[in-house]
Amino acid sequence: MHKYANPTRFMKIANTVMPWTTAIAVICFVIGLPVALYTSPPDYQQGDTVRIMYIHVPAAWLALMAYMVTAGGSAVFLIWRHTIAHVIARASAPVGAVFCALCLFTGMLWGKPMWGTPWVWDARLTSMLILLFLYLGYIALGDAFDDQERGDKAQAVLALVGSVNVPIIHFSVEWWNTLHQPSIVTMQGLTINAQMALPLLLMVGAFQCFYISVVVIRLRAELLSAKIRVARQNLAASGVPVAAE
Amino acid sequence: MTRKTRRLYFVALGLLAVAAGVGLMLSAVSDNVTFFASPSDLKTKSLTANQRLRLGGLVEEGSVARDGNTVKFIVTDTAERVNVSYAGILPDLFREGQGVVAEGHLAPDGVFVADDVLAKHDENYMPREVAEALKESGHWQEGGDPNAAPDIAVRETATP
Repeated sequence: MHKYANPTRFMKIANTVMPWTTAIAVICFVIGLPVALYTSPPDYQQGDTVRIMYIHVPAAWLALMAYMVTAGGSAVFLIWRHTIAHVIARASAPVGAVFCALCLFTGMLWGKPMWGTPWVWDARLTSMLILLFLYLGYIALGDAFDDQERGDKAQAVLALVGSVNVPIIHFSVEWWNTLHQPSIVTMQGLTINAQMALPLLLMVGAFQCFYISVVVIRLRAELLSAKIRVARQNLAASGVPVAAE
Repeated sequence: MTRKTRRLYFVALGLLAVAAGVGLMLSAVSDNVTFFASPSDLKTKSLTANQRLRLGGLVEEGSVARDGNTVKFIVTDTAERVNVSYAGILPDLFREGQGVVAEGHLAPDGVFVADDVLAKHDENYMPREVAEALKESGHWQEGGDPNAAPDIAVRETATP
């Protein structure tokens, strides 16, 4: 595993994977979106409002997964000091934050007509909002230190502490009474009809692959800017005047 | 022990400590984290006069009666039943046999006076035709699905 801590070696794999994930994301979107928004059947209770779910659920799962990547990367960085793990953690966080916000927003759009209120402070909604704040705090903390090394460590510790929230989000609908429904994925299988599960799975695939592609693009940019930083430092050390960043 | 293993233990122990702390905290405030009380909870709870709380359960089949602006219905968790009265606009999903959460207080005469009613949605998604086919074949139970009806009652007892 430590073999892939080398950024060059890691990026070689990432760059191979990326065109595939992009292609799968495009295919899943092109098939999944029309099926989800037009051809799939309306729900027996919710009617057409159910279509919000095809965005809401994939966004929620992605927000959780992106956070697990951030927390996992932070753990590897803290324990084995692999810089690439921290770069991955940082690249993942803003993407996860956007999808977390999308999840909360689509949930409110759905909640107003269905529950009768866009927001309640039940365990699921509150823990999801905390996830968004964790993301924002994580992103802000990284740039709050003059000393980059200390900033990196503080960021990684925050991500790890926040990871306690992930199981809370997942099990909130089982541990407590919530207004939010329980999970549609149970030990007995899906509680959602196959005609609706298909577009949902397509959208989940699209979102997940889109996430991988975006993270790889962000990794490339991050590693390039690190190279530029080092080059500038070397130039400055050699006495050549450099323009300010 | 290398520094890496030491750091691994340190991170693992740290996470464990944080998780234990949060777990203790949440179990201490569990009563407040819980969004609503079931009719059975209501019977055992000692309430002060006019104490506000949320009551959750299924709207009993055939219990909804309208009187001008006021709607009266019975909320049940299949064990206990509570009469609810509410004056206001009901959400789209409010239906007999469906989950509901009412916010308000218990009047001295035992009627729960709600000033807000929210519809609770369960985890079953299906097209209308499938729902009708299930009803016809007799595989239908109150609350949507065989899994859904005891849902609220089971969840109650499973709550730590």
